[in-house]
Formats: sequence, structure tokens, C-alpha cells
Amino acid sequence: MAVPVRPIYDFLFRKNYSMLGVVFVSAFAFEMFYDTTMNKVWDNINRGRQWKDIRHKYAQEEE
Amino acid sequence: MLARSCLRSTRAFAGARNGAINFSKRAASSSSGSAAEQSPLGLNIAAVASTAVAAGSIAWYYHLYGPTAHAMTPAEEGLHPTKYPWVHQEWFKTFDHQALRRGFQVYREVCASCHSLSRVPYRSLVGTIMTVDEAKALAEENEYDTEPNEQGEIEKRPGKLSDYLPAPYKNDEAARFANNGALPPDLSLIVKARHGGCDYIFSLLTGYPDEPPAGAQVGAGLNFNPYFPGTGIAMARVLYDGLVEYEDETPASTSQMAKDVVEFLNWAAEPEMDDRKRMGMKVLVVTSVLFALSVWVKRYKWSWLKTRKLVYDPPQASNTRH
Repeated sequence: MAVPVRPIYDFLFRKNYSMLGVVFVSAFAFEMFYDTTMNKVWDNINRGRQWKDIRHKYAQEEE
Repeated sequence: MLARSCLRSTRAFAGARNGAINFSKRAASSSSGSAAEQSPLGLNIAAVASTAVAAGSIAWYYHLYGPTAHAMTPAEEGLHPTKYPWVHQEWFKTFDHQALRRGFQVYREVCASCHSLSRVPYRSLVGTIMTVDEAKALAEENEYDTEPNEQGEIEKRPGKLSDYLPAPYKNDEAARFANNGALPPDLSLIVKARHGGCDYIFSLLTGYPDEPPAGAQVGAGLNFNPYFPGTGIAMARVLYDGLVEYEDETPASTSQMAKDVVEFLNWAAEPEMDDRKRMGMKVLVVTSVLFALSVWVKRYKWSWLKTRKLVYDPPQASNTRH
């Protein structure tokens, strides 16, 4: 494990404001990643059951 | 001082009391037969009376609180509906929106002639059951009151997406008058409003026997349905095979139509269910990960305590003093 712990710590966590920024930004990034992943899982579980899966049958008739 | 005076006072009567105690003790211990034979009749009466009182009070208590009180007979309660494995009631399953569309068709063509669905607006159909254009066209088929114009007259206008589905009757009195005194309930929340929910409504719709069983009392203008509390229901059987022609060419059997309309009514009662379950899945996944993390942290923090060994090192025999 050749992870340079010391410079990472100094850069991200030594100052309180930088630590706060890291927390907020990582929370935001995690939220986006997690939501998209779980929505994909959800759509996979419910494949063919949701409106977006059957919408094309009825939307094309209109146009 | 007080203690000493008490002692002295007891000592004053000690001789007489000791004599009495000794006498009675001796009588009870040395000659047991003579004491029991003093009044056998009185003792027997006392035993019988106390036993009778005990048994009587137990019986009275059971009479008061023992048996379960049923307010209704089983017939008035109605037959309990069968539990069906509804897919849309599983934890991570949405409504089947194709079934919702079929169910809405059944509602419009069959149920809507008597039952209102007054809490469902056209806009909620958009994106769940039909497209915007379909919902707009459906709304425009009905007329709604406008705001009062400059002369205070209320005119009619075609419906918009923000309007609610029209009721078949003007008010409850008109509904009762048209239905032989029975009020068809509003179906917006009916799945939540009845014990058994989907199972009950499905059983009710499909549970009409061809003719009432022998001995069943069916009132005038009523129909027999074992699932309906009281078994006499004003609604006759409405769903028959092939009553509706589905646009997606699903065979319209009685149970298929009942299943579709029940799922649709469940959607009408809780249209937020799809989003709620998706959010619930996210919450469950995150909290289970956090829980596992917290378990790991606890074990990590406690490991020094849980893995230590206590060794008893007894002192040398030569060093001990007895």
C-alpha cells in the first residue's frame, strides 16, 4: 500500500474549511452516483411494468 | 428508657402469657386428635363455604370476562377474503401500468355508471396510465362549471387536465334515489377503506354465486354475496366474461377484469406507491450498509477487550501464610 497518506491528509483534512468542503462535495457526488445506480436497479427489477416501458405503444399512435 | 419500660411491662405479664402459650402448644402438639375433634361440623362447614365462594367467584369472573364478545354473527361479519399474491404489493415491485390502463378502462366502462372516483384528477392519469393527449381528449369529453362571468352567470366549459373525474350523480341523494336507496361508495380510497383491501374487493367482484345458497335470507332488491358484511349487497354482479374489449387484446375474463380494476383502484388510493417503494429500497440499502459498518466499528473498538486473556497466577505456596 503505497498510498501517500500524509499529503492527502494535509491537502484535504488539515484545515477545517477544506474538510467541510470535502464532506459536502463527496456527499453530493455520492448522492448522484447512488441515485443513478439504484434507479437502474429499480428499473431492472420492474422491467416492463412501469409507464416508461409501455409509453411507446401509445405515444406513437398520436403522431 | 422507652425500651426498658417496654421490656419491664412485657415481663410483668410474662408468667401468665408463657403459661397460656405453653398450654396451647402442648395441646396442639401432644394431643392432635383432641383439637380437631373439638368442632368437626364447624370446620367442615367453613371448608365447604370457602370452597364454594372461591369456585363461585372464579365462575363469575369467567362469566364476566372469559368468553370473547362478538358484536356480529359470522354472516354479518362476511366471509374473510382469500389472500392473493398481488405482484404490486411486493416490497420492490411497482404497479403494472399496463394493468392500470386496463383497469381504468374497466372502471370507465363498467363501474363509472354508478361509482364516482372524485379524488382523481385527469392530470394524475398523465404519465401513469395515458399520454397527455389522451388525457386531454378524455377531459374535454366532459363539461365543467366556469367561474362566474361579468353578469354572475356560471357557464359550462370543456374539461381540463386539472379537473377531477366527473361523478355519475349530482349528489348522494340522487345516487341513493337511483339505486333503490343504496349509496354506491366513492372508489377513490376504497382499497384503503375496506378490511382486506385488494383481496376483499377482488373476492367481492368475483364471489357472486349463481344463486343464493339454501336457507340464505336475501332482502328485496339485494343480491347474495358471502364476502359482503351481512351478505346482502345492493350491487348485482357486473363483471361477466367478455364484458370489456381490451385494447391490448388481453382476454377479458371475469377474474382478469376484477384483477385489473382492483389494481387500478389500489393505484387510485395510493398513487405515490411506486415512488415510495423506490425511495424505501434506497433507504434500506443505505441503512443496511451503515448498520454493517457500525457493527464492524463496534467489534473493532472492542476487540482488545474481547480478545484479552485473564490468567490467574497463583501465589507460591511457600509465600502464603495460613
